[in-house]
Amino acid sequence: MQKQHEETMIALTGLSKQYDGLTALDSIHLQVKKAEIFGIIGKSGAGKSTLIRCVNLLEKPSQGTVIVNQQSLTTLSRHALRAARRKMGMIFQHFNLLSCRTVYDNIALPLEFCNMSKKAIAHAINPLIELTGLSDKKSNYPNELSGGQKQRVAIARALACKPTVLLSDEATSALDPETTHLILQLLKNIRDTLNLTILLITHEMSVIKACCDKVGILDKGKLVEQNEVGEFFAHPNTPIAKNFIVSSLPQTLPAAIADHVLVDERLNTHPVLRLWFFGDAATQPIVGQLINQFKLRINILQAQVESIKKHIMGILIVAVDGDKTQVTASIAYLKQLGIQVEVLGYVPNDIIPFA
Amino acid sequence: MSQMILFLLLNATLQTIYMVVAASFIAVCLGLPLGVILYITRRGNLLAQPLVHHLLAAIVNVTRSIPFIILMIAVIPITRFLVGSSIGTAAAIVPLSFAALPFVARIVDNALLEVDTGLIEAAEAMGATSWQTIIHVLLPEAFANIVNGITLTIINLIGYSAMAGAVGGGGLGDMAVRYGYQRFNSSVMLMTIVMMVILVQAIQFFGDKIAKRVSHNKLS
Repeated sequence: MQKQHEETMIALTGLSKQYDGLTALDSIHLQVKKAEIFGIIGKSGAGKSTLIRCVNLLEKPSQGTVIVNQQSLTTLSRHALRAARRKMGMIFQHFNLLSCRTVYDNIALPLEFCNMSKKAIAHAINPLIELTGLSDKKSNYPNELSGGQKQRVAIARALACKPTVLLSDEATSALDPETTHLILQLLKNIRDTLNLTILLITHEMSVIKACCDKVGILDKGKLVEQNEVGEFFAHPNTPIAKNFIVSSLPQTLPAAIADHVLVDERLNTHPVLRLWFFGDAATQPIVGQLINQFKLRINILQAQVESIKKHIMGILIVAVDGDKTQVTASIAYLKQLGIQVEVLGYVPNDIIPFA
Repeated sequence: MSQMILFLLLNATLQTIYMVVAASFIAVCLGLPLGVILYITRRGNLLAQPLVHHLLAAIVNVTRSIPFIILMIAVIPITRFLVGSSIGTAAAIVPLSFAALPFVARIVDNALLEVDTGLIEAAEAMGATSWQTIIHVLLPEAFANIVNGITLTIINLIGYSAMAGAVGGGGLGDMAVRYGYQRFNSSVMLMTIVMMVILVQAIQFFGDKIAKRVSHNKLS
């Protein structure tokens, strides 16, 4: 019990926040263990920003407790709260760097707040500049940097006071996919080398996939689901969780075909099916079964399979040609396997010929 | 004769510079903190005190609404109290400071409002005190805008200082009126105007230079 207690770095209990009668957060319970990357995903307006701001009390919770590093923050004096905040780094969507300070001086800022000597500051931040790969940008100003470099500066600044917890508020949302990938790699790297606990919020499933150990889904101020990332993708429980997973995969037909899909079945048309796999269902050789067992002919229009922490998930959009009763039977069979099947419409023979 | 005029011109220029520099210095010393107070007491800011904010804002607005020529006469008792006389160059500094002070306060307030609130939030997240946020974050980030505003104030003060001639303040404006206008001496008039133009240009030039130097927002 004692050990388990030690390992919990962030514990939110019954956390609620109301603004003028509107509920932004509703009784959030959340625990983040040491050296874990916990991602919270939600649509805009779900309360993500409020939630992460409640962890370092930039927002004061209306009810509930916030315990970080075994210290209850809600009861601290202003002075003690400032000391506690110094042990929590935070990075932001728009970086929030001082435009009038160089990279070096931006990173030094939190240490200046602690009244550290120039020598001690240099000693503390030079390794961070190395770690974040900014050695050749030390004396540049933020406006001379790219978005990715700016976020690196912000990360180095957030780490300057040797925090135990890092809070990331949509840190990659203003970056392009490639830079996002590099920044997320850096966060993982930091977690591994510094044993840092990271709580991040995002609206992108790809961020969760790329770097999180655990995920929580925030919807209308409620934490509706939380799980290990692999488990979450394999067995999403709530419709909103499924939606998030689905939206992270290509789910529409190629435009050239989509324009010709009919709602009703007509002469010389083929049904277009969309199949979703989660977990075990994804490992079945279903295309072969459709061909052999149901004597169908399959034309794959769109497909993607992804593996996340040993779990496989995927999407397949196919046009099928075959006996009508066999098609119906095959759909029933797929559903029985745990695959979600949807008939998207019917595509005429001249668009997708089954020669 | 022309040598005397040149001497008068030099003397008047120095008087103008003295009045303007002294008044600007006082206005900045008092206006800067006043501007900061105006900003931080605003609703939702660091030390929100809406009542204090509205009171100060009202005083600033009222002072700014009074035409300088009237303000100059209105503050005579204060001038007498501070300088011992209400006539002369030193005496002119008092109304000039009073005119520039609320102007500077508003400039500082506006420059601080331009600073991205994300920076304040970041400073707060780093555990900065309000004082540290003002000194290390807000003022340095607003500095270029403040410098631009102060340049404007100083140039305005050169104009005001001409009016200060009416209370025996001396300076270029006084010379232009007495020697140029009242004695129909257009060459003196021209000289004083040229001198004023040079002063204004020089102040604008150095103001721009400093502002550019402290601003890293645009690639230059």
